[in-house]
Amino acid sequence: MTIRTPLRPLARILKARSSGENPDTIERENLRLRHEEMRDTTRLRAEGRLLVLGLCFVSAFVVVGLRMGQVAASNPEEPQAVTTGTSILAQRADILDRNGRILATNRTTHSLYAQPQEMIDPLYAAKELAKIFPDLSEDRLIKDFTGQRKFLWIKRQIAPEQQQAVHDIGDPGLLFGPRESRLYPNGKLASHILGGTKFGREGVMSAEIVGQSGIERYRDGYLRDPANGDKPLQLSLDLSVQSTTREVLFGGMHLLNAKGAAAVLMDVHTGEIVSMVSLPDFDPNGRPTFAGQNAADNPRFNRAVQGVYELGSTFKIFAAAQAMELGLMTPDTQVDATPPFRWGKHKIGEFEGHNYGPTLSLTDMIVKSSNVATAHVAQQIGVERQQAFLKSLGFFDATPVELTEAAGAKPLLPPHWSELSTITIGFGHGLSASPLHLATAYSSLLNGGTRVIPTLIKHQGPIQLGPRIVSPEVSAASRVMLRAVVAEGTASFGDVRGYKVAGKTGTADKPREDGKGYYDEKTISTFASVFPADDPKYVLVVTLDEAVETSGPKPRRTAGWTAVPVAAEVIRRVAPILGIRPDIETLALGQ
Amino acid sequence: MRSVYIVLSALFVMGLAVWAYKENYATQEVLRDVSQIQRGIGHQREELAVLRAEWAYLNRPGRLRDLAELNFDRLGLLPLLPEQFGEVISVAFPVEEDILMELDEPISVVGNLEAIAQ
Repeated sequence: MTIRTPLRPLARILKARSSGENPDTIERENLRLRHEEMRDTTRLRAEGRLLVLGLCFVSAFVVVGLRMGQVAASNPEEPQAVTTGTSILAQRADILDRNGRILATNRTTHSLYAQPQEMIDPLYAAKELAKIFPDLSEDRLIKDFTGQRKFLWIKRQIAPEQQQAVHDIGDPGLLFGPRESRLYPNGKLASHILGGTKFGREGVMSAEIVGQSGIERYRDGYLRDPANGDKPLQLSLDLSVQSTTREVLFGGMHLLNAKGAAAVLMDVHTGEIVSMVSLPDFDPNGRPTFAGQNAADNPRFNRAVQGVYELGSTFKIFAAAQAMELGLMTPDTQVDATPPFRWGKHKIGEFEGHNYGPTLSLTDMIVKSSNVATAHVAQQIGVERQQAFLKSLGFFDATPVELTEAAGAKPLLPPHWSELSTITIGFGHGLSASPLHLATAYSSLLNGGTRVIPTLIKHQGPIQLGPRIVSPEVSAASRVMLRAVVAEGTASFGDVRGYKVAGKTGTADKPREDGKGYYDEKTISTFASVFPADDPKYVLVVTLDEAVETSGPKPRRTAGWTAVPVAAEVIRRVAPILGIRPDIETLALGQ
Repeated sequence: MRSVYIVLSALFVMGLAVWAYKENYATQEVLRDVSQIQRGIGHQREELAVLRAEWAYLNRPGRLRDLAELNFDRLGLLPLLPEQFGEVISVAFPVEEDILMELDEPISVVGNLEAIAQ
């Protein structure tokens, strides 16, 4: 603290007074000096503050700059403190059945590769490898190991025991890469639906799994998306039902010497496919290669979806239902049934030359499966109305089911849809469609008359009714007719006690591959059924390829003797699994 | 008084520094633990996937069917068939031991006091 200099120092004032000067100038002089001093100290303080503030800013900018540089120069990596709930392996999503049982999952295996320049004893390694993997040739391996190559794959996928055996060779040039591979624990079951997978782009540390066919390929995007790793794809299939259907169908196919068989079991209200079997089938864990000529003999060929066949008399119910829907007929209307039906130079007769004439009621036309009466009905309906009706049932397009193969399986329609085409299509000839088409159409017609879309994905939420095809009354009347077919007509073997099966048989001669007419002794026999008839729940379509029943004096090929008993056994075994109670009253009465 | 403040704040800052130092190492320790646990979870998930696959493989319907047939003597398992459904009404009531048997005919119980007295 400096001593303040007084503004009017007495000594100077007195001196000034004595010399006659104005003493106020001294005061002003001192005041000025004091103000200058004050100004200097304030300036100094302000400059100091500015400096501190400036330093603060500089250090803040330096910190920001350093951090930016650090962020820009460092490697990007996830913050470790964040815990994640998802699985650490980016796996392909599982496929489950409707009850959550596994249809397809992943397992970790290893691939085997070699870096020959690292090898110590290539000859010994080649010899031992050829012992472990019999399909590898020792000479080839020696050539690869001693040549110029720096890298080669030996095996895409090896089992743990094989891996141990390779470890035991002890060569540092033999290396393993982790591999995820797709596993189908149920083997051949649902093989056509699942399809199969293959490896896509391969690296040492991992390989892509790519869907090769079936739903694995159709839903490849979903299954591969890492975000869906823990969200499995749930199908509408029921594993137990699928297994039972396959077992029964397999037995039936062998008993009846059939070359192939297909079955589709569909929920009539939702269009969910509960079971779909095509025989012969294959193991998707190791997809077979096929070298044959005829694509239909390939075990990978899905008869239920890809096989388009003339489905024969099963189509007659469409003509009858449409005639009722248009108000042309009632179930009791009499239809001319005197054979032959003539159209131009063409003649249409009944199966095995029967004569159901002179007239049949519409119901009896279905029960007796009369071609002639159906031809009359189809003629009355006409070309355009029939086309519109079949189109509304889905016979003009490939089925929209979630399989890659489905899009390629378009129904074969007549190139020129004349009146004759209408007549023959009325009883199921001239239009080829897959069993899945037929199951969809039967579901749509018989569930109360609304269109269903076939699907393999489990249905969630309330049922949305599709566009109306026929009125509920026509649908009910159609079911009564089909019930009569089973109760008293061509499908009497299909009457499973307690389940009120309704259905229609169809037997069609197979067309020759060279396009010249039909085979005499090769048939496609089909039984399309719905159960229970009074409260429909499921539609079952069974198709047998070249089935023949030989217990009688002469071989029988009609669906009533081949497809119907197989379908009946399927229903008898499958309906209890689906939780449908048999009607005890009718069971007790032995009906 | 001033110097007391200065000393106290210096001590406070030193305390904070020690705390921050400890927290830093504690955090690193926890991060190591977490990454170890996550690796563990990864292994467990992998194991779980293998077990689920194995379970599905062992429970494949074809194998169960064969096993049921092989062990039919002991288990007597049959496929589910419509005949196995029943009505609740056809299930018999359990037969209880009738402890009140004596009171079935109340007439025989109602007696005459004089008869007993005699």
